[in-house]
Amino acid sequence: MTEANRSTVGRFGPFGGRYVPETLIAALDELAQVFDQAVADQEFERELADLLRSYVGRPTPVSTAPRLSELVGCRVLLKREDLNHTGAHKINNTLGQILLARRMGKRRIIAETGAGQHGVATATACARYGLECVVYMGEEDMERQRLNVFRMESMGATVVPVGSGTKTLKDATNEALRDWVTNVTTTHYVIGSVVGPDPFPRIVRDFQSVIGREARSQVLDLDGELPHTVVACVGGGSNAMGIFAGFLKDTGVALVGVEAAGEGIATGRHAATLSAGRPGVLHGSLSYLLQTDDGQVLPAHSVSAGLDYPGVGPEHAYLKESGRVSYYSVTDDEAVEAYFTLCRLEGILPALESAHALAWVIDGAGNWSESETVLLNLSGRGDKDVAHVAQIADRR
Amino acid sequence: MASTPPITLSSHRIDRQWVRLREQGRTALIPYLTAGYPTRDKSLQALRMLVDEGADFVEVGFPFSDPLADGPVIQRSTYVALEGGMTVSGALALVKEAELGVPVVAFGYLNPILSYGLERFLNDATECGVSGLLLTDLPAAEDPDIERALHASQVDLIRLVAPTTDADRLLRTVDSAQGFIYLISRLGVTGPKTVVGPDLIDAVNRVRGATPLPIAVGFGITSGAQAGEVAGICDGVVVGSALVERLSEGLEPARSLMQELSAGLRNGSDV
Repeated sequence: MTEANRSTVGRFGPFGGRYVPETLIAALDELAQVFDQAVADQEFERELADLLRSYVGRPTPVSTAPRLSELVGCRVLLKREDLNHTGAHKINNTLGQILLARRMGKRRIIAETGAGQHGVATATACARYGLECVVYMGEEDMERQRLNVFRMESMGATVVPVGSGTKTLKDATNEALRDWVTNVTTTHYVIGSVVGPDPFPRIVRDFQSVIGREARSQVLDLDGELPHTVVACVGGGSNAMGIFAGFLKDTGVALVGVEAAGEGIATGRHAATLSAGRPGVLHGSLSYLLQTDDGQVLPAHSVSAGLDYPGVGPEHAYLKESGRVSYYSVTDDEAVEAYFTLCRLEGILPALESAHALAWVIDGAGNWSESETVLLNLSGRGDKDVAHVAQIADRR
Repeated sequence: MASTPPITLSSHRIDRQWVRLREQGRTALIPYLTAGYPTRDKSLQALRMLVDEGADFVEVGFPFSDPLADGPVIQRSTYVALEGGMTVSGALALVKEAELGVPVVAFGYLNPILSYGLERFLNDATECGVSGLLLTDLPAAEDPDIERALHASQVDLIRLVAPTTDADRLLRTVDSAQGFIYLISRLGVTGPKTVVGPDLIDAVNRVRGATPLPIAVGFGITSGAQAGEVAGICDGVVVGSALVERLSEGLEPARSLMQELSAGLRNGSDV
């Protein structure tokens, strides 16, 4: 398949596209049109910026991390997305998409969620605007993220358990897409990551790019120069695309995405799609995919529900192949270790997702000189993971 | 039938079958079953039963791990088939062994076909007696390379038209379509509840206005009476979930539904 022959709209090189049932095409066309109009509309921009400031608490700070820096042997800065309202970067996207839904006159909102952070952020935005909210969540994820289920329900959302397939994010996404095919005329589907059919990957990236814009100018204010390396964890890849977006043109800045190696790539129980997968089509786009030789999607595994996904955003597939971003992976054990390390050294409780990026930085101690700066996207806080990590610690 | 397609001399089996149906003044019965469900052997028997009981075309589901256009019944059949070891090459071999004698349409999702290799699939499919390919996640104009490869092969590219497909898009969709148009009768995934009402009649007329290709209606036809009603307005009736559901009870319950559907279509066509 050659790139030149494909419809180029909504593609990142050969990746992306709209591999969805015909029923959804009209809704995707409408969404793309409304989004393109909205981003050109100062009124929309002002409304979103107001919300992000007065409701979410942006800009989030960039924190120095002196004791972690000492451990790693270079200057480490943390972009504090954990300090957003609802505790993760997800709210940047859900508020933007809820404003789009309002413009389309759609009053019913659906979402998929893995760790529950996107579900919580969607339920939050729906409560704020009085919209009906239905969140699909795998039964296994509901078990390990019970706190977030309660948070969603407290905000008036209906959480629908998904018991098919792997009972995690992949099947929650299938179920959300089935709902959308059925209720597409009244319903907007708020996809939580830079995945899915066009225009979702670019919509989510653009709403998350506030992270990179802020971080770039904050680091320049602090240091007078750009960081050496920017690092973020990658499941679907929205927090990573958000921070990378600010630095893609700065070719001197190394960009690193860290995937979940689960119990180790060799065990087959992992979620390292870019590291160990190959191109394929899932959930509406062509990207990298964990799959069997027969093209069946493999179940992913990660200690972190938010990274437990066998696909990845198509723009990441493109950035991998173009070489602009390097992708590595970190095991469950390394991530849990990093979780405790940040708690002890800096008094910050990171989400297990973000702890993967952190583990990669800690593992790279000595790779950077003292004068170099590593900027890490701390995509969320770890309160949701406390019970799960305590269980793991008990087992040891 | 409202129109005659300009394809009477086609080498494509699907076109020839429509010519025959037209000559006989019949509406096509197009049953769907998932390859390898409930087991490979029972699946083989069931496919042959479909033809014995009057199938004019057979849709064979190629199982995929993430059947997001399917409702619970076909999802379940898919998981059972995959657990039983069904694969793309396994489904092709099944079709070949079945020697159904009517055109077979492979129904499924893009990824297993891409993984198998598109060119390789089209060659092997032709060899095994597959005459058409319907991919629920490949809407028209999305991937011109795949369309070109299909058009260059003996395998027809069957297109879906949905209630949400607007006039412009309908023209683009029928433009690349072959064999027949599969009209989705309602929003949603595969499963029960089709109502033959003014909306469906409008939708059929809309497609008629855009293409001379025959129109098959699917998504939610469960009984002979319903098939008869739908037969009055279109050229073919697709029955999937209801049949898979019956097959989960056994071959004979599935056979009796096929008999009911065949009878329903005969009565419907007489109206």
